[in-house]
Amino acid sequence: MLEISEIHSFYGKAHILGGLSFSVARGEVVALLGRNGAGKSTTMKSVMQLLPPRSGSVTFEGHELVGLPAYRVAKAGIGYVPEDRRVFSDLTVLENLEVGRQPQREGAPHWTVEQLFELFPNLAERRHNRGKHMSGGEQQMLTIARTLMGNPALLLLDEPSEGIAPVIVEQMARSILRLKAEGLTVLISEQNLHFARAVADRAIILESGRKTFDGSFEALEKQPEIRDAYLSL
Amino acid sequence: MAFYLALFLTGLANAAALFLVASGLSLIFGVTRIVNFAHGSLYMLGAFIGVTLMQVLPGAVGFWGAILLTGLAVGVIGALVEIVVLRRIYRAPELFQLVATFGVILVIQDLALMIWGAEDRLGPRAPGLRGVWRIFGEPVPKYDIVLIAITPVILLALWYLITRTRLGILVRAATQDREMVGALGVNQAWLFTGVFALGSALAGWGGALQLPKGGADLLMDFNIIGTVFVVVVIGGMGSLPGAFIAAVLISVLNAFGVAFLPQSTLVLMFVVMAAVLIVRPYGLLGREEVAGEHGQVGAPESPIRPYGPRGIVLTAFLLALLASLPGFAEPFVLTLVIDIVVFALFAASLHFILGTGGMVSFGHAAFFGGGAYAAALLVFHTDTPMELAFLFAPLAAGLLALAIGWFCIRLSGVYFAMLTLAFSQLVWSLAFQWRSLTRGDDGLINIWPADWLNGPLPYYYFTLILGVGGILTLRHIIHSPFGYALRAGRDSPRQAEAMGIDVKRVQLVAFALAGMMAGLAGGLFVFSKGSVFPTELEIAKSFDALIVVFLGGVKTLAGGVVGASFLTSVEHWLTRLEYWRLLLGLVIIAVVILMPEGIVGTLRRQALRLRRADEEAPR
Amino acid sequence: MTEILRAERLRKSYDGFLAVDGVSFSVRAGELKALIGPNGAGKSTCFNMLTGQLKPTAGEVYLRGTRITGKPPREIWRMGVGRTFQITGTYRSMSVIENVQMALISHHRRLFSFGLRAWKLYREEALEFLRTVSLEDQADRPCSVLAYGDLKRLELAIALCHRPRLLLMDEPTAGMAPSARIELMQLVADIVRDQGLSVLFTEHDMDVVFAHAHHIMVLNRGKLIADGTAEEVRSDPKVQEVYLGGGTLFKEAGRA
Repeated sequence: MLEISEIHSFYGKAHILGGLSFSVARGEVVALLGRNGAGKSTTMKSVMQLLPPRSGSVTFEGHELVGLPAYRVAKAGIGYVPEDRRVFSDLTVLENLEVGRQPQREGAPHWTVEQLFELFPNLAERRHNRGKHMSGGEQQMLTIARTLMGNPALLLLDEPSEGIAPVIVEQMARSILRLKAEGLTVLISEQNLHFARAVADRAIILESGRKTFDGSFEALEKQPEIRDAYLSL
Repeated sequence: MAFYLALFLTGLANAAALFLVASGLSLIFGVTRIVNFAHGSLYMLGAFIGVTLMQVLPGAVGFWGAILLTGLAVGVIGALVEIVVLRRIYRAPELFQLVATFGVILVIQDLALMIWGAEDRLGPRAPGLRGVWRIFGEPVPKYDIVLIAITPVILLALWYLITRTRLGILVRAATQDREMVGALGVNQAWLFTGVFALGSALAGWGGALQLPKGGADLLMDFNIIGTVFVVVVIGGMGSLPGAFIAAVLISVLNAFGVAFLPQSTLVLMFVVMAAVLIVRPYGLLGREEVAGEHGQVGAPESPIRPYGPRGIVLTAFLLALLASLPGFAEPFVLTLVIDIVVFALFAASLHFILGTGGMVSFGHAAFFGGGAYAAALLVFHTDTPMELAFLFAPLAAGLLALAIGWFCIRLSGVYFAMLTLAFSQLVWSLAFQWRSLTRGDDGLINIWPADWLNGPLPYYYFTLILGVGGILTLRHIIHSPFGYALRAGRDSPRQAEAMGIDVKRVQLVAFALAGMMAGLAGGLFVFSKGSVFPTELEIAKSFDALIVVFLGGVKTLAGGVVGASFLTSVEHWLTRLEYWRLLLGLVIIAVVILMPEGIVGTLRRQALRLRRADEEAPR
Repeated sequence: MTEILRAERLRKSYDGFLAVDGVSFSVRAGELKALIGPNGAGKSTCFNMLTGQLKPTAGEVYLRGTRITGKPPREIWRMGVGRTFQITGTYRSMSVIENVQMALISHHRRLFSFGLRAWKLYREEALEFLRTVSLEDQADRPCSVLAYGDLKRLELAIALCHRPRLLLMDEPTAGMAPSARIELMQLVADIVRDQGLSVLFTEHDMDVVFAHAHHIMVLNRGKLIADGTAEEVRSDPKVQEVYLGGGTLFKEAGRA
């Protein structure tokens, strides 16, 4: 479904991704692991074309994404949840969801506001609250819900567990499993191995913008030197 | 009592156009983060297009149809400006865009001159609304009543659009984080164009609606922009109800001012603004500006370094060249160089607060003109010796900067910018309206240097020594602990405060210093020309300095100097042509689009690239 | 141990929203104390009230018995409280050593000097501070090219310039690799021991917290729900319920 090949991305002069390639199949949940600065967020932004790669290609269902503006990538069916959440703090929960609303898409689950409130019950209680008056966990749920309003076929989740109470992280993991059951394809970036293992089918480890591991969690267990060097446990 | 009511109604009616223009400016700024200086020009276009259409279209239907069409036409023009110019520079450094909008002002000025000529047009009366209605015995023009009725309707319509519709929600979301809106599948390019078109249309409607009360002329653009900034600052940036309240407040105040204090209408407005800002620094309904959240961040500046041997040699060579210039150059070249040095010092003083301090001042002319006037007034009224009067120029300008800075420094970002502009307009209006002191636009004349300096050659050296000395002093301060503290406050005010730096105090001192240097430039200017007019205090003069600093490159002091030489020379050649503003505007826009880091910044980058290519080449 | 900082019933509300709701605690001399809790619990708000970036809606802050509530950050700094930020606030347009020199210029009260050359001032002293955090090799690099972890260490060096008695660190190890986290906290622990200063820090990495903090406080929805030693906090049922969780889902997944 998503095919990344040989992408090089730069932040100003800093070379962040050095020829990264991997793919994500339909219905899969793939975890992108690695420490901060390894290039996880940059990978997400490079797929989304918020930070277009200087070379290489990113294809989604066979269509080249490199060079498209971000809104076209979103319209093609990729939903992006940024790491720093970026809720519209002056807008209410309902208004935040409205910004994300896009028409129904074939081959992707369709979401209504009510269904999303069912998935994230905390949001239903706070539907008229402004984004800035919500806790970190609630904001994280709101960004995911906002992105789901676009009815994406592929969801990019950038560090959903960061800075959230461990209790809420568990809830979040259950919600992601639910999304998977609905048939959504998910690429999730994480530093927390426990969380990643709970939700994902496959792990990809990044270090300094390169892939150092790609395989199942069982296989990862057998390579403790990789696991310990690049991940926090 | 009835008389006061009538005055009040006149004020309310005048508020209509002001509110329309201010709300458009506010809307555009909210979404695109561009302070659209050309907004006054769009208002002027609205007036001219309106007049033309009203001549063509007959009757009441024609009149109102013309107004409607005018707004749409100006909206389309605004969209074109956005697509052709602004869209290319959204990623340019912060506030760089305003230079481009200034280029647009110049282009529109000359285009209007070409199409409609230099003569003022009187606006036609509204058909069916020519007479007056008597309210408690006082005549109130019918058209005024109509305007009073229309304005709240427009406010309500805009409010509904912003708070209740999907478009409004998208606009508000984009105001906070436009990149995220894009990532959620909204084509922000068209959202921006749409907002720009809507804001422009509002300005166009403002221009057309005021026609029966006024007319159309080529000075409308600058005349309204100062007032509009005052309205936006008082109301609070980005607040529509705030813009409405402030527009009413200012217009009513103005109506009463005209009746009771005709000499000080302009000054009154700024006094009110200062009073509001002391109580509410972000305007009546405004909120604290949270800058820099997910905004584009320019490439970080590299640490400053003292000049290497090459730099020193180059500077020394240039100075030697300037010193020996009188030996072989024609007199007019000396005059040109005097102009360049004066302007370069003025620009360098702006660069000091803008580049080093991160304080974008839109009203730096207040100190240049202020210094010039301070010296000229002494000479004109008290026959003070030139030497003493000359010393008074930087002193007075420095004190003025201290006073104005005390108000402005408490704000930052665009609020700071608008406030400095409003204060410079205050100084301008003093020079313009206080005729007994300043002779208004007749200016102060016969302000010549002392005998020992009189003559092109002595004054050339006088200017060279003081001008270059001033620039080098500024450079020295930039490298001093104080200059570092100023940069620290710009890079991270939070960190600076957390390491014991009183950022506001440092900024105030810097502001006063910059004012002093601008005053010095003003002093040099007035004795080289022998006269001073209110034009030296105008917005356009402040903009000249801004353009020069941005064109030259914000990051280096040399940028201001190079920019000043560039602009002075270009102007020197271009002003011989009839439509020089058009050409200058196009040159400015071209530089902005092609050299987003300014002339010096771009040259530096090229030099760096060449050097690197050299080093990487195989040996 | 003597008490160095005391907060009494601190409270902060934003348009009716209570971010911090009546928080009281103290920090004693020579102590390394952690403040933990989920995002949005009010940790940063709490910190910002202690160092003067925010004025509390109600409550008081005392530094060694002197009331400092509502004083500007620079005065609190002069009284001996250093601070590092969650998002580093170094001066991007200066070199690494110039950042430290800037702090020293302020420490020596030379801010309003116009004649001197700033880059010549206190260079040796600045190098000494860079050595403390092992950044002396990078002294002349522009600050903007530094790696994230190095920036955090630079901030630490800057905060030490005024020889503070108390250091407040907002998420000192956020975004660092696990090994680098341990290194940095070890460095902080060494400084605490050698110089006898106190440190209050917020942190998300529970490993860092439980490994280094002498005492731990837990903040949830603006309220302090626990304040004690690592063992006390870890076994507190309320803390487990609202913050640490039981980890059942992850344990199952781990077993699978």
